[in-house]
Amino acid sequence: MRKVQIAAKIISNKQLGQRYFKAVLAAAAVADKARPGQFVMVRPQTGVEPLLRRPLGIHNVCGRNIELLYEVVGPATGILSQKSPGELVDIIGPLGNGFCYEGRNTRGKGRPILVAGGMGVAPLVFLAEKIKKLKPLVLIGAKTKSHILCEKEFKGAGCDIKIATDDGSSGFKGRVTALLDTILRAPNFQLSNIYACGPRLMLEALNHIAQKYKILAQISLEEHMGCGFGACLGCTVNTVNGYKQACKDGPVFDAQEIIW
Amino acid sequence: MNPNLNIKIGKVKLNNPVMVASGTFGYGQEFAPFISLRKLGAIVSKTVTLNPRQGNPAPRTCETPAGMLNSIGLENPGIEMFIKEKLPVLRKIGIPVIVSIASEKDPTEFIRLVKRLGNLSAVSAIELNISCPNMRHTRLISQDASATYEVVKAVRRQTTKALIVKLSPNVTSISDIALRAEEAGADAVSLVNTINGMSIDINTRKPKIAMVTAGLSGPAIRPIAVKMVWEVYNKVKIPIIGMGGIIDTDSALEFIIAGASAVSIGTANFINPRISVEVVEGIQKYMKVNKIVDIRGLTGSLQK
Ligand SMILES: Cc1cc2nc3c(=O)[nH]c(=O)nc-3n(C[C@H](O)[C@H](O)[C@H](O)COP(=O)(O)OP(=O)(O)OC[C@H]3O[C@@H](n4cnc5c(N)ncnc54)[C@H](O)[C@@H]3O)c2cc1C
Ligand SMILES: Cc1cc2nc3c(=O)[nH]c(=O)nc-3n(C[C@H](O)[C@H](O)[C@H](O)COP(=O)(O)O)c2cc1C
Repeated sequence: MRKVQIAAKIISNKQLGQRYFKAVLAAAAVADKARPGQFVMVRPQTGVEPLLRRPLGIHNVCGRNIELLYEVVGPATGILSQKSPGELVDIIGPLGNGFCYEGRNTRGKGRPILVAGGMGVAPLVFLAEKIKKLKPLVLIGAKTKSHILCEKEFKGAGCDIKIATDDGSSGFKGRVTALLDTILRAPNFQLSNIYACGPRLMLEALNHIAQKYKILAQISLEEHMGCGFGACLGCTVNTVNGYKQACKDGPVFDAQEIIW
Repeated sequence: MNPNLNIKIGKVKLNNPVMVASGTFGYGQEFAPFISLRKLGAIVSKTVTLNPRQGNPAPRTCETPAGMLNSIGLENPGIEMFIKEKLPVLRKIGIPVIVSIASEKDPTEFIRLVKRLGNLSAVSAIELNISCPNMRHTRLISQDASATYEVVKAVRRQTTKALIVKLSPNVTSISDIALRAEEAGADAVSLVNTINGMSIDINTRKPKIAMVTAGLSGPAIRPIAVKMVWEVYNKVKIPIIGMGGIIDTDSALEFIIAGASAVSIGTANFINPRISVEVVEGIQKYMKVNKIVDIRGLTGSLQK
């Protein structure tokens, strides 16, 4: 059995500007088995407020540690951000299917393209590390220059990076999906595989573009989850193959499988 | 000496009074990585219907103060698939398997379901879920005392298996309904199912649950559930399986002292998948410390 529930010791928990934080947790049992695109259910709180665990993507694995990259948006992420090194956080993981980057599903022989919107960079760094050899192209979409995350990490993995910001303060001005569209016009990219994570509307737009160029796209969906390990049947996703569970059958799906 | 935690629900013997609530424990295997399932008193499977059901559209859950709303809509593979694929795995655990069933449109479906399950040795007991708030009924069977009586009576004729009737808290008098279930031949009642609720996103002004209304569970409902168990205990003689917001040993004990012979853990399984086994151990410890030799001595031991 792969998934475990452990009290993971915080090695570091640093603010990266804005409301973004990166936590490094000692979690060998999770780190050993984790695949890119998988997530953990964290419970930084005690007591009943907030009540449920929260899903966070596995941002990276370094030896026996896992890294989480998160934005403080509410109570649970707020409590997590206050934790100091040495404190424990209860986590369950690794959970979900993860990206498929070997064998089946990876038809394309071209360079993989990673598309991140906002916090969607979180799980893609781990993927970039794993497919380093293929020299992925990474497109990062952010509100403004100061919202761009993980440039350094992607560079470290040998990726080429292109930026799109809503206000044009860095790189391409406009949506990251519009940037993707311009890139795919170049024929050498049309054999690529796309891996994406970000807000649902971005992923929906990305699906249209991928279909237009007949490129396979794997996307990681963010659904509200009750348990994260298939017990509550809460995180339903409507697909062409019927209802599926984001936590167990996903969170990574083929974009064309989703009924948007 | 170790205290005695054995209890009986009808003819079914349980090694301890801690079970897991229908719909919150999958079909057991989801929890196998975290606990030894054999340590539970019994396992109640997700409610199954005659036909497969895909359940309600998303979003199906949201968090509320000290609780959660759900409108899963009884997603299940249907009775045949359940018997073929889920039941054998449940049986292997080696503890009593309580199969929760529900009708979709017509209460006579209960009879067909019970007939189908009645001669399967893997089934220890049957729980009649006549209280699911997430089906588009205008009224639940368990909101009507005589309808409850009729359904339980009809089902009772079909089976000698232990029959548990799961009651809704969305009623004016739960003890009246419980009494009718007892009169119709139920071996036990379990209460409570979720309480009807609703939550709104003020930014979009949309309901947080696609079906608008949903069932509330978790610590938020516990005082209501404890009170209902106490009320029913004062009216019926059959065992009560108490649930609603149990998150630790103390909250489980509250139900037992109020009158529950057994307890069921629901939402807390999502938060701490080991909680059910921790509560078994916690109750044992409480009994030792308080020199209670038999769990049955604790049931309904509320002091004035
Ligand atoms: C598989 C998966 C992986 C995720 N990975 C990351 C990650 O790596 N980094 C990160 O920062 N966040 C991630 N998220 C989102 C993260 O789970 C939520 O931000 C978190 O639950 C917020 O909890 P909270 O108590 O701080 O805020 P809450 O009060 O619970 O939520 C604050 C706001 O965020 C919204 N929100 C909460 N949960 C979700 C969700 N699941 N999807 C969309 N909106 C949500 C709420 O509607 C609300 O408006 C992931 C979600 C999923 C499903
Ligand atoms: C996600 C979820 C699904 C549920 N599904 C069922 C079900 O299929 N059948 C049923 O009888 N009760 C179902 N319930 C109700 C629980 O069994 C239990 O009665 C209720 O949640 C109260 O207990 P709790 O507060 O410990 O969760 C469900 C509850 C939740 C939270």
